[in-house]
Amino acid sequence: MAAIFQGVGAAAPLSSSPSNSFDSNKSVFSPRRSFSVRKRASFAVVRSDGIVNLNPKGRSAQRLISNAVATKADSPAASSSSKPGHELLLFEALQEGLEEEMERDPRVCVMGEDVGHYGGSYKVTKGLAKRFGDLRVLDTPIAENSFTGMGIGAAMTGLRPVIEGMNMGFLLLAFNQISNNCGMLHYTSGGQFTIPVVIRGPGGVGRQLGAEHSQRLESYFQSIPGIQMVACSTPYNAKGLMKAAIRSENPVILFEHVLLYNLKERLPDEDYICNLEEAEMVRPGEHVTILTYSRMRYHVMQAAKTLVNKGYDPEVIDIRSLKPFDLHTIGNSVKKTHRVLIVEECMRTGGIGASLTAAITENFNDYLDAPIMCLSSQDVPTPYAGTLEEVTVVQPAQIVTAVEQICQ
Amino acid sequence: MALSYLRSSSSRSANLLRPLSSAASLRRPISTDTTPITIETSVPFTSHQCEAPSRSVETNPSELLTFFRDMALMRRMEIAADSLYKAKLIRGFCHLYDGQEAVAVGMEAAITKKDCIITAYRDHCTFVGRGGTLLEVFAELMGRQAGCSKGKGGSMHFYKKDSNFYGGHGIVGAQVPLGCGLAFAQKYSKDESVTFALYGDGAANQGQLFEALNISALWDLPAILVCENNHYGMGTAEWRAAKSPAYYKRGDYVPGLKVDGMDALAVKQACKFAKEHALKNGPIILEMDTYRYHGHSMSDPGSTYRTRDEISGIRQERDPIERVRKLVLSHDLATEKELKDIEKEVRKEVDDAIAQAKESPMPEPSELFSNVYAKGLGAESFGADRKEVRATLA
Repeated sequence: MAAIFQGVGAAAPLSSSPSNSFDSNKSVFSPRRSFSVRKRASFAVVRSDGIVNLNPKGRSAQRLISNAVATKADSPAASSSSKPGHELLLFEALQEGLEEEMERDPRVCVMGEDVGHYGGSYKVTKGLAKRFGDLRVLDTPIAENSFTGMGIGAAMTGLRPVIEGMNMGFLLLAFNQISNNCGMLHYTSGGQFTIPVVIRGPGGVGRQLGAEHSQRLESYFQSIPGIQMVACSTPYNAKGLMKAAIRSENPVILFEHVLLYNLKERLPDEDYICNLEEAEMVRPGEHVTILTYSRMRYHVMQAAKTLVNKGYDPEVIDIRSLKPFDLHTIGNSVKKTHRVLIVEECMRTGGIGASLTAAITENFNDYLDAPIMCLSSQDVPTPYAGTLEEVTVVQPAQIVTAVEQICQ
Repeated sequence: MALSYLRSSSSRSANLLRPLSSAASLRRPISTDTTPITIETSVPFTSHQCEAPSRSVETNPSELLTFFRDMALMRRMEIAADSLYKAKLIRGFCHLYDGQEAVAVGMEAAITKKDCIITAYRDHCTFVGRGGTLLEVFAELMGRQAGCSKGKGGSMHFYKKDSNFYGGHGIVGAQVPLGCGLAFAQKYSKDESVTFALYGDGAANQGQLFEALNISALWDLPAILVCENNHYGMGTAEWRAAKSPAYYKRGDYVPGLKVDGMDALAVKQACKFAKEHALKNGPIILEMDTYRYHGHSMSDPGSTYRTRDEISGIRQERDPIERVRKLVLSHDLATEKELKDIEKEVRKEVDDAIAQAKESPMPEPSELFSNVYAKGLGAESFGADRKEVRATLA
């Protein structure tokens, strides 16, 4: 299993943390380190055969884009073939990951509404039906409850379906199947059946899509035992998480965001996956730990620019893994900065931030110098009017104010 | 060897059974005899959008005696479960299948272990039919380690992966999309087998059933939906729950067949027909007209919504075990005494299994945290006192 981690020549001792789910005979390095150096980090890529490459020049190293806010792409002239890797938009990255996995394992199939001939409502499955045929890329009728159930039934026999909800909110109709059958069958059968499904789809607040199409389901699914939840935020981790989710034996729910599909990034040419249980260090810092995921990462980074100008040094972590939380990375950060701000798009009540606050308080209370602050969306249905919609979601200005408040 | 034609009646008296040949004096060894016998089912099949199969069923003495033995075993097992529940060794929900044994037994006779079966919570006998042992049944019911789901599933969660028995589901109707998913996987891997997705008359009104049926018909999946119509959805009679209680017709564009579910041979014929049909033409619905003697579950006396006369009437006229017993006796395949001996044997088997299951220990506390994930993530779980209860979710 390949992992992505940052090595800046740090002399930290290499130890495998007890809570990682690596094949311990493959990975030698602990991917989680705390950073005291504020530098533009460069990635080293651990390939799936366990070979670590610390030389960024020899292979396609990925430079961390720490201020990817808007969808501004590199101009075509600059992104010539002199740089290694290839540029992709986020939905193309998802498609590439899916295609590579379907090629690699004939048991992988995709089912969802309009995924086949139409190419996917967000083009994530474009071209797959032509390439793999109607039996592997299945257009379902509008029947979430039953096709999610069918995907789970097929997974019980060993197939690996990727079930797409056209919008995450529609998966509420399949909640019974996801909770009872997807999450619990492995346990209630005494370990006889595994359910290696991937349930994915776009969610989150879009551009004036209305209340029913702007739902954040991660808060509803988070208590279901037996499932894993991850949220992607960049093309790089979108492809990596998609591939890792398909290869995982556990059922994984992959949360995408409607507004992030057009982000552009340069991806390595070679095969890589992202660790499903790991958080991503976006910007190392000293003064405050900001935990975020999905689209709010970009609001945070925008706020970070303002904060840097004001003299603050925030550490930004994209938690990526919503269930289980990567308490190792988060803990190390809390131990360094002693202040935590959580910025999420979930509702305040019962959201991911609420659970994360509880988890950090339980585990790291002694390291906190200030109460944890959690910025979430308002507990209201998302209104249609643009001005109102803006106010329900956390904006960069509020993040700046919150950091100033915490760091007093 | 003469083939004797017999009309086995359901509602008429037993005296109509008259052997045509004088084969009574020629007693052949009974347990392995495979001389074909043709028997007519109690009632003809009613069909919807398809040609009904013939009423004459091919069987043989060995099969009939296997039917008798298996059904007697299942009956005894369920009655023993009743006593165990009243003795508070089985807790929670316990849904008993006595009266419906013919469906489980007839289905097994028509298919192989490569075909998949998935059913709802009334699954004890179906599990045994698929090859589950009595020990696994009773241990699971009592929550012991030797149970088929290691004691963590309970009455409603019996599974047997190696003989393609997919359970065992508590939520009404949710197993039908799963069953169509199994059929999809069979079509995907092209292994010429079918899936029987069983549900009840109560579940027949679930929307997800029609969704799954639509998809199965659209994609030509080898799915056979079997409605075990015991006429009561817990306490609600079928005519109070369904505008159209002709469940075999509810598939509309999907063909259906109505079968006397108390006649094991009719069930066998119908399942054989359905398997051939599904492999060629896609889904088909079978409605098994059957009856349960117990209430919906152990907490339901079963007599508040139906009369005792009705229950005892069915027991006298349509009981599946009695039907096979009469067939066996009238064909001189065994004597009264031999059948009684089989019942005694079966009773002893059940008692032994219960004794053995009682010895099996409860699951270890660490089992609470195992099998949550297929591959452990290192997520930690702890109780009020972190030092005392602290485990990694495996």
